[in-house]
Amino acid sequence: MKTVMQPSDILSLTEQARIIRIEILKMLTASGSGHTGGSLSAADIVTALYFYKMRHRPQEPSWPGRDRFILSKGHAAPVLYAALALSGYFDKSLLANLRKLGCPLQGHPSSKLIEGVEVSTGSLGQGLSISNGIALGLRLDKSPSRVYCLMGDGETQEGQVWEAAMSAGHYKLDNLCAIVDVNELQIDGKCADVMKIEPIASKWKSFNWHVFEIDGHNMEEIVKTFDEAEKIKGKPSVILARTIKSKGVSFFEGKAEYHGVTPTNEELEKALLELGGNGKQRKGN
Amino acid sequence: MGSREKGTETKSQNTDFCGKAVATRDAYGAALLELGKRNEKVVVLDADLSGSTKTAKFAKTFPDRFFNMGIAEQDLIGTAGGLSLTGKIPFASTFAVFQTGRAWEQIRQTLCYSGLNVKLVATHAGVTVGEDGASHQALEDIALMRVIPHMTVIVPCDGFETKQVIDAIADYDHPVYVRLGRSKVPPVMPEDYRFEIGKAFTFGIGRDVTIIATGLMVAIALQAAELLQKNGLDAGVINMSTIKPLDTHAVLKAAKGSKLIVTAEEHSIIGGLGGAVSEVLSESCPTHLRRIGTRDTFGCSGSPDELIKLFGLSSEDIVKTVESFFKEYHSDDSV
Ligand SMILES: Cc1ncc(C[n+]2csc(CCOP(=O)(O)OP(=O)(O)O)c2C)c(N)n1
Ligand SMILES: [Mg+2]
Repeated sequence: MKTVMQPSDILSLTEQARIIRIEILKMLTASGSGHTGGSLSAADIVTALYFYKMRHRPQEPSWPGRDRFILSKGHAAPVLYAALALSGYFDKSLLANLRKLGCPLQGHPSSKLIEGVEVSTGSLGQGLSISNGIALGLRLDKSPSRVYCLMGDGETQEGQVWEAAMSAGHYKLDNLCAIVDVNELQIDGKCADVMKIEPIASKWKSFNWHVFEIDGHNMEEIVKTFDEAEKIKGKPSVILARTIKSKGVSFFEGKAEYHGVTPTNEELEKALLELGGNGKQRKGN
Repeated sequence: MGSREKGTETKSQNTDFCGKAVATRDAYGAALLELGKRNEKVVVLDADLSGSTKTAKFAKTFPDRFFNMGIAEQDLIGTAGGLSLTGKIPFASTFAVFQTGRAWEQIRQTLCYSGLNVKLVATHAGVTVGEDGASHQALEDIALMRVIPHMTVIVPCDGFETKQVIDAIADYDHPVYVRLGRSKVPPVMPEDYRFEIGKAFTFGIGRDVTIIATGLMVAIALQAAELLQKNGLDAGVINMSTIKPLDTHAVLKAAKGSKLIVTAEEHSIIGGLGGAVSEVLSESCPTHLRRIGTRDTFGCSGSPDELIKLFGLSSEDIVKTVESFFKEYHSDDSV
């Protein structure tokens, strides 16, 4: 476990998130289909997990001591694939074949095909129950490993999420940390218009969770919150991460239309300029 | 993927329930308890029906390895899946109608697509649930489970076979659906019978008719065969306890040896055993076929015996079906 975060650590995580965003945009442009908005909004959270918080061994994906990450919002597969590739689970060149016939990088993650994916997802609302089961199993084994489950805010309209929320509270799963990517958008528009989910924090609180509310793009805050969540005992933690859908590409940001639309070649070029390059280290700054 | 390991030794040699009339759910409860003693990887989940599904026995002895998920079947399936990802062997139980209906998509997506080692053992299948009526009588569950890739579907016919099924699936690293009943069933399997996944047991192939039955219909089919024999028709019976993967070898052998094949199940004639057998026959060995089962209808309240008769599942119904077939068959012959 790392001790005190240095400002330089935060900088390098922010840089890693920038590279992850670039990889997301490149693979989505190459595939011509897939989910841009929710991959970009979760980029900082997923970066903090894979490059700071989680204990994992890319060379030994089934290492029993690993922390588990469940991407309940499976349509954000590109952010997971980028994090896995850059962590060294598989060769980065695979990313160019996202969603192509024969490529293990399916439209939604398949655990049968990729080392590092714990369970297949894509049908929303199921990941938290699975995470609870893993947390219960780890507890039976007296394992120190932790479980992280990332959900979308629209996803929490699913009834099963609240069944699972109740279970995690009931079983006091303090080895579990859920994250909700609160980008306020889903496919058909604003969550507030489609099916209001607010007030979110009091809902989770009333299901016996410890609730953190943070800026999901502030790396320092993300990292600090993951550390604090680990210290919460006797109840599960949920991080309500306020985010911007398509964060990092100004002309896509906050637009529901870019939920499942990929960049054109021209848009990719413009986006890469905004993000400061083609995946190489940005100079200065 | 994951940290799944093979279960430790889970076989037992005893012949529990052999020759005894018990409900298959009772045999399950006892088998699960014993399995739990032998294999500490076994964990059990229920959805507020542990008294009825008989998982309560396990719960009482192993409270740390039992998880009541409340009345939340979708969460039940997901949690069982998660437990399997840590190397546990989860048995998840509730009534068949809720398990396969309410949580079908969770079973498809979370369990089968990821190939998770979870055992779904559902009780209260079929009309013999009795008085609770249609809402509680699963007549579609075999079809619902059979259609999902990578799923194994097993319907034991008596207590003795149930015990063996539970032991066998604990050692089988795949998702499995086991269908059990509420009411007592007579013992039918011989003492030297040993269950194997995917292997039918042939009591006999009749030159006139072979009845391929599953679950409690095996006992009823055996009675029917006896009656037919008395009436001068040569009848045999097969216990098709594994419905998927289907023992096609046994089906084709019967089809080649009999003029008529009858399927018998306490389930809709659509998509279950009758469906599975007709798929095999029509592709590989077109044979005259009659299906005994519920005919595109819901159940209703009544006693199990009354309902077996009402829905045309009794041995007399099988006899009638077979005899009317042969009446037509012979009159066709003479033309
Ligand atoms: C059970 C289910 N219903 C519908 C969908 C189709 N779908 C994919 S993404 C999505 C919207 C998700 O919104 P949200 O959870 O807020 O995700 P994000 O905004 O982070 O992309 C929907 C409806 C699905 N994948 N699963
Ligand atoms: Mg959203």
